[in-house]
Amino acid sequence: MSKSRRDFLKWMVAAGTAAAVPRSASAHGHFTGYPDSYGILHDTTLCIGCRSCEAACNEVNGLPKPDKPFDDKSVLDKKRRTDATRYTVVNRYEPEGYFPSPVFRKSQCNHCLEPACASACFVGAFKKTPEGAVVYDASVCVGCRYCIIACPFNIPAYEYDEPLTPRVMKCTMCHPRLLEGKLPGCVEACPMEALTFGKRDDLIAIARERIRKYPDRYIDHIYGEQEMGGTSWLYITGAPFESIDMRTDLGITPAPEFTSGALAMVPMVIGIWPVLLGGIYAISKRKEIISRREKESAVENAVSETKADADTKAKAAAERFKKEKESAIDRAVKKALEDAAKENGKEGSE
Amino acid sequence: MSYVPETARKRPLLCPFNVITGIIILIGLYLAFKRFTGGLGAVSNLDDTNPWGFWIGFDLLTGVALAAGGYVTAAAVEIFGNKRYHAAIRPAILTGFLGYSLVVFALLFDVGRPWRLPYPFFVSQGVTSVMFEVGACVALYLTVLFLEFSPAALEWLGMKKLRRILVRLTMLLTVLGVVLSTLHQSSLGAMYLISPSKLHPLWYSPYLPVFFFISSIVAGLSMVLFEGWLSHRNFSDIMDESHRKGRDDLAFGFGKAASLVLAGYFAIKVFGIALGNNWALLFTGYGLWFLVEMIGFILLPCLLFAIGVRERKVKLIRITSIIAVLGIVLNRLNVSLIAFNWNLPADERYTPALGEIGITLFIVTVGLVVFRFIVTRMPIFYEHPEYDEAH
Repeated sequence: MSKSRRDFLKWMVAAGTAAAVPRSASAHGHFTGYPDSYGILHDTTLCIGCRSCEAACNEVNGLPKPDKPFDDKSVLDKKRRTDATRYTVVNRYEPEGYFPSPVFRKSQCNHCLEPACASACFVGAFKKTPEGAVVYDASVCVGCRYCIIACPFNIPAYEYDEPLTPRVMKCTMCHPRLLEGKLPGCVEACPMEALTFGKRDDLIAIARERIRKYPDRYIDHIYGEQEMGGTSWLYITGAPFESIDMRTDLGITPAPEFTSGALAMVPMVIGIWPVLLGGIYAISKRKEIISRREKESAVENAVSETKADADTKAKAAAERFKKEKESAIDRAVKKALEDAAKENGKEGSE
Repeated sequence: MSYVPETARKRPLLCPFNVITGIIILIGLYLAFKRFTGGLGAVSNLDDTNPWGFWIGFDLLTGVALAAGGYVTAAAVEIFGNKRYHAAIRPAILTGFLGYSLVVFALLFDVGRPWRLPYPFFVSQGVTSVMFEVGACVALYLTVLFLEFSPAALEWLGMKKLRRILVRLTMLLTVLGVVLSTLHQSSLGAMYLISPSKLHPLWYSPYLPVFFFISSIVAGLSMVLFEGWLSHRNFSDIMDESHRKGRDDLAFGFGKAASLVLAGYFAIKVFGIALGNNWALLFTGYGLWFLVEMIGFILLPCLLFAIGVRERKVKLIRITSIIAVLGIVLNRLNVSLIAFNWNLPADERYTPALGEIGITLFIVTVGLVVFRFIVTRMPIFYEHPEYDEAH
């Protein structure tokens, strides 16, 4: 084979796979994340609940300062969730029968590979970036809050006190910092290496290695590897996931698939309904026409029948009349003749 | 030109109706001021975990379902050929049109930046969203309803030519109305498909869009009966013969249809339980509540409608229409509020604030006032003598 011909074949194969891969990927498998996208691994067994991550997050995102300072541990006495003033919170859990207790877990946007919020947003304000972050664009947001309904992790928050320009607030995975080559604020601030930043694939390998090395320390599951189709944030822990408020019943189906079937029916309804309704209309119209025709012909029949009836009656009457008349004439003639005969007789006898 | 039947009685400006509505509207305006100066938090109990409350559950979901009378009646008469219910079309179209207008009006309070409501169509299209479809269909259907309603307004204004063009479009508009209603009535249910982890499994089902669509037919039929009853009590003086006489006939016809559709609805709801294999959940607290909806507000009205039609009891049909309407309200509130976030502890759940209910009352009241304004002026309950070709 000549070189140029081999090159051509190579090019053909490459083009063929390039054309075929995305199609087959979308038809059969889930989107497994952008290649080389980033993620963060949270190892709760290393977290000491110092809230340094919260402080750093507050700082780099320019969020309002909280009432209690970040080194105030009493904040941990109450379960908290993310809100418009904090993109991340650490909660303390004391799972029953589990040691070492307490367990601290950080929560923030998990940056799903196929985000529910992005699929639900009717202005496309959310985007999964190739770096792995799910980012939000307030400049098109209408403020309907369907993203918050859609999020299985209860993460996005809303500025309920903003009268005219409320935004949805959530962790950006420090996307602007990533583009500058910096670490997310929380990861940089963590003193215990409870947070590891890296390529998602590498993080999964690291997590697996830790679980393999310390089987007593960890539950054999990487939370976020499959949940809701996979998330860019990954978690490993020793305490049962449910006991640290991580739902294990979410399944592995990416959120967009829950609604894709219903959306797929839209064109079918648009195509079929007018035909069906047109058909029903035609049938009801035809029934109407038939019944009108039947009525008309019934009336016609009735009319002609009565007419015929009347005709025969009239004819009979006429006949009778004629007969009567004839007989009357006959009788009259007879009588006249008889009278004449009588007259004649009288005259003769006289 | 403007024409009102001679039988119409005078409606004084200072009647109890006007005084009460006046007070409600003033309260509503105050709440609106609070909403647009202090944000959603100032008037509502909405929070980050419960971003949708009474306004979405009642004003939007229930409102759209109860405004289904327009497409149901138009389809029954124009497409299915039940010409004898012709007199019911205009009131049904008017309530549909007002209903949808109020839904949009209510959304202006609920969404953060209401002036951006056209954004999904003109600025940034999020076509993967069920809500995009809902928005598109509601916007289009509102236009269709406006066109369907406009002949009455044009008769009032005396614009004969334009009216004639619109009357010719009746069939096209009716088909469009049914297509758009099928789509968005079902899509309101489909919106909740995105959150299987939050909605109780007895209410969550892949069939949700079908449930919403079929029950919207029940809602439409029952609302026409219920509204018809109310209208006869309040506006019989301006009704013409065909409206007054057709009332019982309509009750039997629509009652029969509602009974049938309710039976089908009950069946597919049972199939829904079977599909999810959720039988065991029936014996929990939520299961009991589900059975209340299933038996008390689907099966019961189904039977009562049937009995009412069979025994020719108009009064029973009327009462049943109220039960059926309440059933729809209950279902929509169940899906959006009561069974939503069911797995959260009580202190993280939502109950509507007085401010939210106040705004809803305000919106409903505005609707009543506009309805009253229109029916006492435009040929809704009577035929305009200058347009004797049936409308």
